[in-house]
Amino acid sequence: MSIDLTTIWAFIIAFAVFVYVVMDGFDLGLGILFPLFPKKSDRDVIMNTVAPVWDGNETWLVLGGGGMMAAFPLAYAVLMPALYTPMIVMLLGLVFRGVAFEFRWRTQKERNKWDLAFTGGSLLATLAQGIALGAILQGINVAGRYYGGGWWDWLTPFSILTGIALVIGYALLGATWLVLKTDGELRDRAYRLSWALLIAMLCAIGAVSIATPFLAVQYTQRWFAWPNIILTAPVPIAVAAVTALLLRALSNRNDVQPFFLTLALFALSYAGLGISMYPYIVPQSITIWQAAAPHNSQVFMLFGVSILIPLILGYTAWAYWVFRGKVRPGHGYH
Amino acid sequence: MFEGWDAVALARAQFAFTMSFHIVFPAFSIGLASYLAVLEALWLITKREVFINLFKYWLKIFAVAFGMGVVSGIVMSYQFGTNWSAFADKTGPVIGPLMAYEVLTAFFLEAGFLGVMLFGLERVGPRLHFVATLMVAIGTLISAFWILSANSWMQTPTGHAINADGQFVAADWLKLIFNPSFPYRLVHMVLAAYLTTSLVVGAVGAWHLLRDQHLAGPRVMFSMAMWMATLVAPLQILAGDQHGLNTLEHQPVKVMAMEGHFQSHPHGAPLVLFGWPDQKDATVKYAIEVPKLSSLILKHSLDAPLAGLDTVPRENWPPVPITFWAFRVMVGLGFLIMGLGLLSLLMRVRGMLHQSQLLHRFAVAMGPAGFIAVLAGWITTETGRQPFTVYGLLRTADSASPLAAPAVGSSLIAFIIVYFAVFTAGVIYILRLMAQPPQPGERGPATDLPARAAGITPAAGAAAAEGAR
Ligand code: HDD
Ligand code: HEM
Ligand code: HEM
Repeated sequence: MSIDLTTIWAFIIAFAVFVYVVMDGFDLGLGILFPLFPKKSDRDVIMNTVAPVWDGNETWLVLGGGGMMAAFPLAYAVLMPALYTPMIVMLLGLVFRGVAFEFRWRTQKERNKWDLAFTGGSLLATLAQGIALGAILQGINVAGRYYGGGWWDWLTPFSILTGIALVIGYALLGATWLVLKTDGELRDRAYRLSWALLIAMLCAIGAVSIATPFLAVQYTQRWFAWPNIILTAPVPIAVAAVTALLLRALSNRNDVQPFFLTLALFALSYAGLGISMYPYIVPQSITIWQAAAPHNSQVFMLFGVSILIPLILGYTAWAYWVFRGKVRPGHGYH
Repeated sequence: MFEGWDAVALARAQFAFTMSFHIVFPAFSIGLASYLAVLEALWLITKREVFINLFKYWLKIFAVAFGMGVVSGIVMSYQFGTNWSAFADKTGPVIGPLMAYEVLTAFFLEAGFLGVMLFGLERVGPRLHFVATLMVAIGTLISAFWILSANSWMQTPTGHAINADGQFVAADWLKLIFNPSFPYRLVHMVLAAYLTTSLVVGAVGAWHLLRDQHLAGPRVMFSMAMWMATLVAPLQILAGDQHGLNTLEHQPVKVMAMEGHFQSHPHGAPLVLFGWPDQKDATVKYAIEVPKLSSLILKHSLDAPLAGLDTVPRENWPPVPITFWAFRVMVGLGFLIMGLGLLSLLMRVRGMLHQSQLLHRFAVAMGPAGFIAVLAGWITTETGRQPFTVYGLLRTADSASPLAAPAVGSSLIAFIIVYFAVFTAGVIYILRLMAQPPQPGERGPATDLPARAAGITPAAGAAAAEGAR
């Protein structure tokens, strides 16, 4: 297993998806938490914490999808029809919440309607993403170069479990983001929510971890067989360590740490997923090498990616820096 | 529901529907982003308050339009996988990298600087803020570059080979990107975006001038917009003509459909002005024709022979009536827009630009003309390429996902309901913003600022007019 171009591309796509998950994760999470903050001034503040950056966050989704079509066209062509309904629901959810960022400021009468669209859209998109993840993990029916299954294959108890798990996870990201970006009473509420959501998130990680090995033998062997266990055992240990740090940060009321520790928790869960799936891109049927685009497409894009991604990370960081600090009522960026 | 329907036809309807909604927003935001950059530059150079007021006025509208462009665009990029998976598998190695470059060079640039452009003037100061505006404007143009390259490759594919799995692969990236129709399409589309925007800006200016001829903002924007229309409309007609000649060379069948030439004309083909193309009988009914003019336009000679659709197997015919009519709508509007430009020039010379009610009414009526022409242009282009997705090489019928009609049909209905609900609201909000004239001390994309926030009014020194929106 040498490091070849295809492996590099698998990591690039995985990186794009991960950045998407955590960046859009916290702003989808804010949408999910919105109903718990009924006061208008609180909602304005919450919106203002992400208004300048949400579009950039969502662009990683376009890179993940578009990049996959470019680097692994076969996988894209099999997965998208397999996940047809969750994908459409996700897109429609993103439409609703995306326009809400602008629309809610443009109207007095219908503001509540757009706040509802923000919550509903965020919730639907998150559920759909979690369900899609579960559907991929449980395996997809492939016939030749096409998806071979039915229209409802994605819907199983396991995929619903992963859907709910992701909702909890994004909500936790959102709550710790609020701890970071707000103060006063709003921050206190966010602290309390973070506690509850952290506990729920741990239950969810546990439930998914227990369920995954039952899906297919490969996963069990991957995780528990000797000598793999030397590589895989650190993951749960690290999860425990990060959880301990997170609990401490929450009880010490350190505003900055919880968000970043939650990111670490996501990174570890994501690494766990990677361990389960590698080297398959469609589990049990298509490996990254089978799905890979021809060599010259990979080279052509690698050229751009290696120059542009650092540049993008640079100016994105600058944009976050410009809007750093706590957001207070009446002192929106607007 | 939808049992027995044709899944491919439904997928085509879905693509056409979502794309038609999407393209309306980019056409506006490409032009508006450039206009905003010009306004801000004029403000930085002249320090005249009217420019920063106009900038903030249009910035609010831009924010709403851009948001709708983004969400409808994300839908587009996933549609290749959901509804056109065979297409994605086969063309992914060539189209995919072009779209990946679009994301990397354009979308991130726009999104990264958008926040600063919308909300950052006080935080970063005017100069850096202008850089952000410029980056967003450049981003929209880069985006047009890549997506039109991808689309043009589908129209006039070059620089590729086909591998053992039946996938298109690049043989020569430069040839592939700069394929024969791309330069023409890029010029024509960017000019279209600028024209569309100038017509909208002009209509808003004219609307307020009809109420009050002395408003500073509307006077300036109306004059700017009319210069744009006057200069760009003739250029666009020229570009369109060249584009057509290029199409004749590479996609002659499309031109036959545009012209309604079912029969070949060995001794000079007539220009069919109007008529009803009948695909089944292969004739244009009730045709009003100018003899030999088509040969003159396309071949620069009255007697040049032109082949017709009778030389093409029927299964390769595009849907002639749609292509034929969409083309006439676009060209007709092109000449009307030029008419508006000329009238404004006449009034300008006479010193009546801000007084002529006739001109203002005409300009208001032409407000939506750009959007209609853009849609008509794309419908010409895309239906004229049928029945292929990659011209001559990959049929539309072989591009679709292995989905049953009910799946595609229900998602189509969902898109129709959601798009009409959401985008109608958005358009109403934009129209409401436009119904107010720009004010002195105009604010940017505002939230409901409580009174306390008065301390952070724009650095522009345009401090007055608390609460004016
Ligand atoms: C990069 C690719 C691309 C781009 C930029 C566009 N299209 Fe397209 N279009 C396609 C790729 C495509 C396609 C995937 O190839 C379709 C889907 C089904 C088909 O027949 O071709 C198509 C079909 C299609 C149809 C249906 C044609 C028919 O069924 O007869 C319409 C009306 C449009 N498109 C309209 C547009 C509009 C308004 C666009 C404005 C930007 C546009 N297209 C850009
Ligand atoms: C099939 C064709 C197309 C696809 C798949 C597509 C995809 C997208 C996507 C994903 C976005 C959102 C990007 C973001 O997150 O910021 C977007 C926005 C945009 N698209 Fe498209 N697009 C298509 C056609 C076009 C065409 C033909 C043009 C112009 C000539 C265009 C110009 C733009 C621009 C300028 C934006 C920026 C947002 C805005 O204008 O509101 N697109 N598109
Ligand atoms: C009166 C003069 C015009 C002529 C002769 C003309 C010609 C053409 C031709 C021949 C095509 C099809 C090219 C192909 O698919 O091969 C086209 C497409 C198009 N036209 Fe025009 N056009 C004119 C005016 C306009 C105007 C005023 C607008 C918009 C404001 C416009 C917007 C478009 C667009 C968006 C397309 C599709 C993209 C493309 O293929 O370039 N056109 N035009």
